[in-house]
Amino acid sequence: MFPIKESRFLSGDVKLFRVEAPRIARKRQAGQFVIVRIHEHGERIPLTIADSDVEQGTITIIVQGVGKTTRLLNQLEAGDSILDVVGPLGEPSEIKKFGTVVVIGGGVGTAIAYPTAVAMKQAGNHVITIVGARNQSLLILEDEVRATSDELYLMTDDGSYGEHGFVTQKLQALIDQGRTIDHVLAIGPIPMMRAVAEVTRPHQIPTIVSLNPIMVDGTGMCGGCRVYVGKECKFACVDGPEFDAHQVDFTNLIQRNKMYRDREQESLEAFEADPTHDLEEAHHCHMEQKFPEVGPRTV
Amino acid sequence: MVDKLPPKQRTKIPRQVMPEQEACQRAHNFDEVNLGLTEAIAQRESQRCLTCADPKCTHGCPVGVQIREVVDLVREGEYLSAAAKLREDNVLPAVTGRVCPQENQCEGACVLARRFNSLAIGHIERFVADYERQTGQVGLPERAPLTGKKVAIVGSGPAGLSCAGDLSLKGHEVTVFEALHEIGGVLIYGIPEFRLPKEIVRQEVENMRAMGIDFQTNVVIGKTVTIDELFNEEGYDAVFIATGAGLPKFMNIPGEQLAGVYSANEFLTRVNLMKAYDPDQYDSPIYDCRGRNVAIVGGGNTAMDSVRSALRLGAKNAYIIYRRGEEEMPARGEEVHHAKDEGVQFMNLHNPLEFVGNEEGNLTGVKLVKMELGEADESGRRRPVPIEGSEFVMPIDMAVVAIGTGANPLVQSTTPDMATNKWGYIVADEETLRTNKRGVFAGGDIVSGAATVILAMGAGRVAARSMHEYLETGQW
Repeated sequence: MFPIKESRFLSGDVKLFRVEAPRIARKRQAGQFVIVRIHEHGERIPLTIADSDVEQGTITIIVQGVGKTTRLLNQLEAGDSILDVVGPLGEPSEIKKFGTVVVIGGGVGTAIAYPTAVAMKQAGNHVITIVGARNQSLLILEDEVRATSDELYLMTDDGSYGEHGFVTQKLQALIDQGRTIDHVLAIGPIPMMRAVAEVTRPHQIPTIVSLNPIMVDGTGMCGGCRVYVGKECKFACVDGPEFDAHQVDFTNLIQRNKMYRDREQESLEAFEADPTHDLEEAHHCHMEQKFPEVGPRTV
Repeated sequence: MVDKLPPKQRTKIPRQVMPEQEACQRAHNFDEVNLGLTEAIAQRESQRCLTCADPKCTHGCPVGVQIREVVDLVREGEYLSAAAKLREDNVLPAVTGRVCPQENQCEGACVLARRFNSLAIGHIERFVADYERQTGQVGLPERAPLTGKKVAIVGSGPAGLSCAGDLSLKGHEVTVFEALHEIGGVLIYGIPEFRLPKEIVRQEVENMRAMGIDFQTNVVIGKTVTIDELFNEEGYDAVFIATGAGLPKFMNIPGEQLAGVYSANEFLTRVNLMKAYDPDQYDSPIYDCRGRNVAIVGGGNTAMDSVRSALRLGAKNAYIIYRRGEEEMPARGEEVHHAKDEGVQFMNLHNPLEFVGNEEGNLTGVKLVKMELGEADESGRRRPVPIEGSEFVMPIDMAVVAIGTGANPLVQSTTPDMATNKWGYIVADEETLRTNKRGVFAGGDIVSGAATVILAMGAGRVAARSMHEYLETGQW
C-alpha cells in the first residue's frame, strides 16, 4: 500500500502524483521507473519516476490517461493509495559531462525527460531543452524545465504557443546553425523518437531514446518488453529503458505495442461505461482482510 | 484405530486411483484437474504401507518427511496429527503433494515399487494437508524462544519459504522479500491453477505469517535495497538468496520478435499471476487464443503447463513441438498423459528454424525441420539430428518458447563481491550453501539451475540448518 500524498492535473489528461515510497525515493536515479498496480484486479504498468524527495520519502510520477488503468489512476486523489509500487527499475540514464546536451520531450515524455535534464545540468552540461506538444493545453512542466535548462524551446504542432512546428524542426535548425551538440536524449511518442534519430544520424550525434514497450514484471523474468537494438535482443526493463536511438528497431517496437489493441479498447470502453466498480475497488479493496484467521494450534 | 493388515494382504490391495475431472470437461476450465482422495480411499491406500523399519521413502524425500509416521496416523484416522507431523519437515505439504515428481523421489524409493505399485505417498500427503485446511485447524509446530537474530530471505519461492519456515521455528526473526506483488514465486506465477490452486498457496503463506514470518512484497533486492544495505542499514545478521532461475531463454531464431511469440514465463505469468484467463474480472490482457492455432516449443513441465493453458484459453489446435522423442521428454509422465487426454497434439522430433510473420509484424507460422535421434550425447540422451530437406511451414497464430530459463542477474550485478559461475549462477558450498561473502547463503535454482519445487525446498532446509549454526556460533 503506497499512499498518495499529493495529486494535481498538469494538463487535460496528465496528472502528477506524489506517492509515499521511502525505499524507492532513496535509491532512485534519473531514467528509472516503477511498476504499479492499482487494485487486486488490476494490471501492472510501468511509469517513469519524474522526481523524488528522500526526506519526505516520496516519489513523483506523471500519468497520461490513455487507457483504462491510467484513466482509473487519474481519478485517484491525495489520501487514496496505490496497492503495489515496485522499483526503482531499469538502468539509470548515463549522466556525465558531455558538453552540450539537447533534451527533447514530446507530450508526457517531457515528464520522463525532465529528471535526466536536471541530472545533466547538475553534471555541468549546457542543457538545451526542446519541448513539444500538439497544442498549448498539452504542454507540461514548462516552469520546471525552464529552471533546469540553459536554453528552452517550446514547440506546438498548431502554433498555439511557443514556436509552430515539431521538435525535430528545432533540432534540425540548431544543427544547421552549426551549434555543437554532443549528446541528444529524446523521449516521447515512438514516431517522434524515430524522427529525432533520423535527424541526428547523418551527423553522428550520439542519441539516446527511452523506450516504452509493453511490460509485465519489470524485473527481467518474462521478456515481454524485449526490443531489438542493433539486431540484438534486449529486455528494456533491465537493459534499458534507454538505448542508442540509431540502433533501435522502431518498426518492431510499434508492431509489438499494438498486440493487445482490441482488448485495451474493450477494457477502456467497459471502464468508461461504468467506472464505479473499479473506483470502489481502488478505494476500498485493499483494506479488507483477505483471509480468515487460522485456527488454534492442535499440537 | 484400524488394525494393520498382515503384509501379504496389504500387497493385495491395488494402488488407489485419484479421481479427476473428465478430460473433455477440464480442457475448457482452469479448475483443478485432480480432485483429491476421499477419506475412504486415503484409508484404503494407507493400508498398503508395509511400515518398513528403515523407511526408504524418507530417504527419497528431499526434505526428509517422516512418511511412515504420517501414514500410520492416517491409518489411525488421526488426520490432524498426521498434518502436524508433515509440517515438522515440510512447510508446504498441500503444494508438494500436488507438484512433486514423487515417482522419482519418495515413491520411487518405496519398497512396494519393486514388485507392486508404490504407495501413493503424494496423494496421501495432499489428502492430509487438504483435510487440515478444510477444518481450519492448522497444526503449526512450536517455535523456539526468540534468539534476537534477524534473517533476510531474498525470494519467496519454494526455497525461500522452506528456509523461512525452519529458521522461524529456531526462533530467528525472519523477513522474506519478494519482487512481485504476491508471495510464492513459481508456485504463483508459473504453475497453473488447474494443477495448483492459488488459494492453497495463499493459505500456506497465511500459515507462515501465523508462525511469525514477515513478508514484504514489491521489494527487488539489488534495486530497491542491496544485499550490503540489508546488513549495514537494515541490521540483518544473515541473508539467504533464493531468487530462482527466472530469466527466460529464447532460441535466437529469425522471427522471434514477432507479436504473438511469448516466453513461457510471460505467458504463464499473465495467465497465473495476472489471471488473464478471466478478462471479465482482471485487467491484464493475453493473446486471444480462441479458435487459433498455438504451438509450444519444449518438452518440460513448463511446456505442458503452457500448452494446457492455451487449450483452456480456447485454442483450436494446441501443439507441442519437441526436438526429441516422447521418451526423452523431461516433463512428468502424468502431465504428458493429462495433456494428451485433453487433446494436445504432440509433434515430437520437430525443431523450429524460424517464425514467419505478416507485414503487420504478427506471427503467422513456424518453419520446422524434422529430426531423428542420433548417437547419445554427454547427458546420455540421444542427440537429435535434422533430416535434410524435411523443412515445412506450419501455420500458427501464437507461439510459446518453453526451452528453459537461466539465472536472473539482478542480485548478482549489484553484489559484485559475490562469486558467480560462467552462467551467472551463484557459487555456494554444496554442504553449507555458504557463498564467498560472509553471512550470505544461496540455494535453490539460483545455485543449481532450474530444478524442481521439492529440490528447492530441500536446499532451503539445508540453508536453514547451516544459517542457524552460523547465527549461533558467529563463525564463518
